[in-house]
Amino acid sequence: MSQRVAVIDYGMGNLHSVASALAHVGAGEVHVTCDPEEIRAADRVVFPGVGAIRDCMAEIRRLKCDELLASALTEERKPVLAICVGMQALMSRSEENGGVDCLDIIPGQVRHFCSTVQGPHLLDASGERLKVPHMGWNEVKQTLPHPLWHGIADNSRFYFVHSYYVHAEDRSLQAGALHYGVEADAALAIDNLFAVQFHPEKSHTAGLQLLRNFLEWNPAC
Amino acid sequence: MGLAKRIIPCLDVDNGRVVKGVNFVGIRDAGDPVEIARRYNEQGADEITFLDITASHEGRDTTVHTVEQIAEQVFIPLTVGGGIRSVEDIRTMLNAGADKVSINTAAIHEPELVRRASERFGAQCIVVAIDAKRVDDVDGKPRWEIFTHGGRKPTGIDAVAWAVKMADLGAGEILLTSMDRDGTKNGFELGVTRAISDAVDIPVIASGGVGNLDHLVEGITLGGADAVLAASIFHFGEYSVPQAKAYMAEHGIEVRL
Repeated sequence: MSQRVAVIDYGMGNLHSVASALAHVGAGEVHVTCDPEEIRAADRVVFPGVGAIRDCMAEIRRLKCDELLASALTEERKPVLAICVGMQALMSRSEENGGVDCLDIIPGQVRHFCSTVQGPHLLDASGERLKVPHMGWNEVKQTLPHPLWHGIADNSRFYFVHSYYVHAEDRSLQAGALHYGVEADAALAIDNLFAVQFHPEKSHTAGLQLLRNFLEWNPAC
Repeated sequence: MGLAKRIIPCLDVDNGRVVKGVNFVGIRDAGDPVEIARRYNEQGADEITFLDITASHEGRDTTVHTVEQIAEQVFIPLTVGGGIRSVEDIRTMLNAGADKVSINTAAIHEPELVRRASERFGAQCIVVAIDAKRVDDVDGKPRWEIFTHGGRKPTGIDAVAWAVKMADLGAGEILLTSMDRDGTKNGFELGVTRAISDAVDIPVIASGGVGNLDHLVEGITLGGADAVLAASIFHFGEYSVPQAKAYMAEHGIEVRL
């Protein structure tokens, strides 16, 4: 079945990569939009995000994307995929930009990689210094079975680029774990919502498979 | 296991054509950046860097079009550099589909551009390119300076101090090219690579001088780089990206296989 996907655009950067990748894996129509009608008409919704959280949150609220997202999630109960800053925006609060209140759809915090570090640098288990931003291909441990992991080997590498990481209060929501000096939530799953810190649209074979899975996902809820 | 070290093939593009072309088995158009980027994507490259060396202003439209075509077909990160002078130039490239934009000379003329760009688009997409050359030692210690105009014009700026300043202004990554080594195939200038990698918290890409796979290994193990960039060893079919990764893995470096 051809799928109509809305990629919510709140004006914070390039969403063509997400749209191209969705089209590449078989989405029938991809609309990059903040138009309520187009989002309501879509079968599935992608909530992306790049840039700094304060500006993102300001635009999300100004364009009422928060209401559109809430409606897609809880009223229309569509499959929703949140990506990177889109995932962070779902949490209660972020430490970025001196502290910003987020959407609080998933209770939890967004922290800087160095915020709980004792000493000048983030270190790995063997004491080696880690660079921030966390940029590049890292392994994701699948901590929950989920249809979006279908056909993707456990500990596959995905492309990350971020300095802040998500920690959900309810640990049972973690669907994927990332280790980078600290343990972070690489993926969260709750009902018809799946959120990822990495960029599936930039993660080659594994990322495209996750997007393909998203197009075929029928959450029972 | 953790974050993989990255291998980044670099395409030098002039008016929409890859300079000197490539030599892969079965490639139809050795100068087409889109086909070459797609090949590197299939080979498992971790990112692709596209360096625009087009001199003419009109040629810039060609570049934007090429970036758009690559972004539609290549699902790994794409960095675009060369001739980026303003926040508007950065926006154009990001909108065309670049994931990161690399700023070189413009950062030297106007360091605040790095801050403005980083605040506007996020540090994750702002790469500062540094072209460094070894100059006379100071107090018995090696010193590297920033050079512009393809390594011909000294600026008097200390390369390590500059990298620190760029990181403070909001750069998300440093692309370090040794102008002493670029094109020589004698390997990276490991001294400046190590000095900058130790001095900044952001990732450093080593560039300039790769002639064999040991050079890639040294860039990581001795230079402390987070990623290695090379052009000719991949373009002319001397080594493939999978060969390079297998070799690095044999030497204990974590790579995405």
